[in-house]
Amino acid sequence: MDTCIQKIREIAFQLLDKKEVERVIGFSNGTIPMATSPITIASKQDTEKLVFNSTCGLNLANYIRQQKGKIAVIAKGCDTRNIVTHIIENQVKRDQIYIIGVPCKGMINKSKIKALFEDEIIKFDEDGEILNVESSSKKEKLNKKDYLRHNCSLCQHRNPVIYDVLAGERVEEQIIDVPYPDVEKIAAMDADTRWGHFQDLTKNCIRCYACRNACPLCYCPTCFVDESGPQWVGKGQDKTDVNTFHFLRAFHCAGRCTDCGACVEACPMEINVRDFTRKLNKDSLDMFGWEAGLDLTKRPPLDAYSPDDPNHFIK
Amino acid sequence: MGNLLEHMGIERDRINFSWISSAEATKFVEVVKEISNKVRALGPNKKLVKDYN
Ligand code: SF4
Ligand code: SF4
Repeated sequence: MDTCIQKIREIAFQLLDKKEVERVIGFSNGTIPMATSPITIASKQDTEKLVFNSTCGLNLANYIRQQKGKIAVIAKGCDTRNIVTHIIENQVKRDQIYIIGVPCKGMINKSKIKALFEDEIIKFDEDGEILNVESSSKKEKLNKKDYLRHNCSLCQHRNPVIYDVLAGERVEEQIIDVPYPDVEKIAAMDADTRWGHFQDLTKNCIRCYACRNACPLCYCPTCFVDESGPQWVGKGQDKTDVNTFHFLRAFHCAGRCTDCGACVEACPMEINVRDFTRKLNKDSLDMFGWEAGLDLTKRPPLDAYSPDDPNHFIK
Repeated sequence: MGNLLEHMGIERDRINFSWISSAEATKFVEVVKEISNKVRALGPNKKLVKDYN
């Protein structure tokens, strides 16, 4: 991935130089190690600011809506699936975006790395599969594959599904026999234990909505949680309101979520909200043979009727 | 929707879907009876209840 950044910068430079696009959306270094953040650049001098590494866990498909003129965006496998979803849902037109696809070997779980250190991390870099992490008191050499985010360790679409150019060699896709072990584990519990699991999961939620804001699917002009007339759900931290928020947010993502992990990446309370969305992803796969964002020509299951749709639940 | 609620630990029998035409009074009565019986068997709902006190 270190070599692909040279390629990304080159492509971005050319695109801006030839005025083929007005802006490029990518990642830049944040103010602290491991905190890359989204950046939009409009001048070719700024292409030096672009970076790409295993900490770029947010999903840039979230920033391509309502842009004027043609824009370029840097996209991992999962991000390209969200771009496909955007095109299907008429949020952007295909010819408005230039996709710089990045074949991806997974993003890292920053909390897991932070937990190895008692003090603050002051340096992070990576060399292929090795992560070098340093705090004032110690240095660690870590194997990236042991620190992948949960979604990346189960990802079967690492290569971009749609792109104008690739910034690196295609990578081998992982073959996963059991794609939803976490969902199955919860499903095996009895009803009260499941309820307890989700109560425990969301108990620290501060309703900051970072998960929603980071999600490319959540683009309604007024989200149901922000409506005041009618007010669909209470705005405080009452546990029933928190549950309702999470349940409904997940349901709005049904058949659309690509499990990119941006929601979890953004959560300041380290809540794995994917426990909600992954159940729906598994259902979409089991009931409709559907995985979101793989094909520009297919309509999502919840917006198309088929006589084969499961209907056993209707009396 | 039923599946996710069930996954979260809400009892399946509390969530019911039906398609009844305005001309199908008998079907309506039947469905309502069936649902009330199922829910009565489960007892009062304790999950996803907002306490206003
Ligand atoms: S989910 Fe797949 S494509 Fe997305 S960041 Fe992880 S490994 Fe890369
Ligand atoms: S980002 Fe985390 S704390 Fe904030 S609303 Fe979402 S789950 Fe709750």
